[in-house]
Amino acid sequence: MAFVQNLPFICILLSLFTGPLSSILSGKMTKKLNLVMITAVGIMSAMVLAFTVKSGEAYTYMMGHFPAPWGNEIRVGVLEALLATVFSVIMLLCIVGGSKEREEELESTKQNLYYIMANLLFCSLLALIYTNDIFTAYVFVEINTISACGLIMIRQNGRTIEASMRYMIMSLLGSGLLLLGICFLYDLTGHLLMSNIKEQVQILAATGEYQIPLLVCITLMTVGLAIKSALYPFHTWLPDAYGYSTMSSSAILSSLVSKGYIILLIKIYYRVIGIDVIRASKITNVLFVFGLVGMVMGSVNAIKENNIRRMIAYSSVAQIGYIYMGLGLGSEIGVIASVFHILSHAASKALLFVAASGITRASGKNKDFASLTGAGFRNRLAGIAFTIGSLSMVGFPTFAGFISKFWFAQAAFENANHTKTMLALIVLIISTVLNALYFMKTVIRIYTPAPALAKEKNYQNITVRGQAPKSFAMICFVAMNFMLGMCSDPIMKLIQSGLEMFG
Amino acid sequence: MMNLTNLLANYGEAAAMILFGIGFTNLLLQNNLIKKIIGLNIMDTAVYLFLALKGYIAGRQAPIVVDGVQSVEAYINPIPSGLVLTGIVVSVSVSALMLSLTIRLYRRYHTLNFDEITTMIKKEEK
Repeated sequence: MAFVQNLPFICILLSLFTGPLSSILSGKMTKKLNLVMITAVGIMSAMVLAFTVKSGEAYTYMMGHFPAPWGNEIRVGVLEALLATVFSVIMLLCIVGGSKEREEELESTKQNLYYIMANLLFCSLLALIYTNDIFTAYVFVEINTISACGLIMIRQNGRTIEASMRYMIMSLLGSGLLLLGICFLYDLTGHLLMSNIKEQVQILAATGEYQIPLLVCITLMTVGLAIKSALYPFHTWLPDAYGYSTMSSSAILSSLVSKGYIILLIKIYYRVIGIDVIRASKITNVLFVFGLVGMVMGSVNAIKENNIRRMIAYSSVAQIGYIYMGLGLGSEIGVIASVFHILSHAASKALLFVAASGITRASGKNKDFASLTGAGFRNRLAGIAFTIGSLSMVGFPTFAGFISKFWFAQAAFENANHTKTMLALIVLIISTVLNALYFMKTVIRIYTPAPALAKEKNYQNITVRGQAPKSFAMICFVAMNFMLGMCSDPIMKLIQSGLEMFG
Repeated sequence: MMNLTNLLANYGEAAAMILFGIGFTNLLLQNNLIKKIIGLNIMDTAVYLFLALKGYIAGRQAPIVVDGVQSVEAYINPIPSGLVLTGIVVSVSVSALMLSLTIRLYRRYHTLNFDEITTMIKKEEK
């Protein structure tokens, strides 16, 4: 066994132990520790990615050296390593970009608590990506929920406490359903390791036994994870949670946390149940419909919103709708488009959150649109970054969002079911127009010169150097969007080969 | 008719599902935060009941080796019990977090009614 194969496990352990360690260190030390840890995990994940691409196959890693039906396992393929690498880069930039806000908005004695939560959250994301045991996945889903709740409520005011309460209620409903689904599945198959469950489910599907309980447990797990990742009718917790927490929390929550659950869902579909059984069960059609509704309704709500952070949050609802629409198409290429959209949305949504906080800081920290007039001139880099993020979201060529929309359209075209093709294309167009409406409205607003307003309210200009960490994060995010948009082919190939290994 | 006999034979599982439903609706629909948390606990406990029933085999002992009996036939399935223990740990920590949030909200708004809290927050902003 090559040494590199140990790295995923070391990544999880490293992030897990730096969490409690942060509780006894001072605020500054924990910040450094957190940055070092995420960088180390990023480098290690990149090494694992290189290893898996070279070897061309996935491998399982036994924990405690107990063989398959008894022990707990990690399973690593190209897709897992790619996701871990990208997630660590985004996590790092989100933490760096929001450092100033955290210093101002959190009490000085509570600085280190933030990093406990961030490290545990990162650990649970890595574990969700890598684990091959469904009950371990459930436990880390709960850790993810608790630490995400901590990230929301660490900025203490009435709004955030209410938002985290709302978040907890919805998440717990979701994880209750997920747990019940897992228990049903264990009851039906007698296994907890994903590959063993799949064998048994294939036997059940072949003999035609227990079809209704199997359908029930697929439904329970899907609905549970859909609630947790804020698919449209279950999105009520999302705008408050993203809109009022400190900036790096909102960026991490929207770009990584909700994606972790979707990845777990894809994993359940491919590795636990088997994609053929899922297609036969027609649950994809349900996801397709809810995805379409979410694409439109998220954008409509975003148009009505007068707070820039909440507007970006509602835009997340629409983008989650896109991802579920891709899953709902039920074809291989649809899932590939969804996974690419997970990456591209993570890159552009985090960019938008960082840029929006740069813009609001140049407007006396007001988040309503009237105060933002002309903010693009007061903070030039943030203005440009916001414009690029918006263009990427709308689907302007050369940026990441265009490629994912292109692949969604491609997936819709190649779909065998013509009603689905038509519906997907029509809604894709409507949603793009709506996206353009509210993002371009904002861009025009921040580039409307308003020297009188700035003078009257005494808004300060912010230079690139005056916000060095944020500028660094924004430049990296812009570069990432550009890279995802310009050289998407190798990434698409990685995702495709990763999905083949996934099953 | 056959479905009914199945239901009667598995009355424990049926009870667990009913309890799950009660807990779920309470967590979702109750306005009182404490009642919501009670709902959460009923929901989780229903899952543990279901798991415990699934692990139990009539006429067998708890899986602790006594008097040197090591035959598989003598014991019940220990894995569901392990899962229940893990689940209890999770649900305890989640309940504690929910309760602490409730205390925070109560100190600030002097009510446990979640709808009232929401309207108060909206007023605060205006």
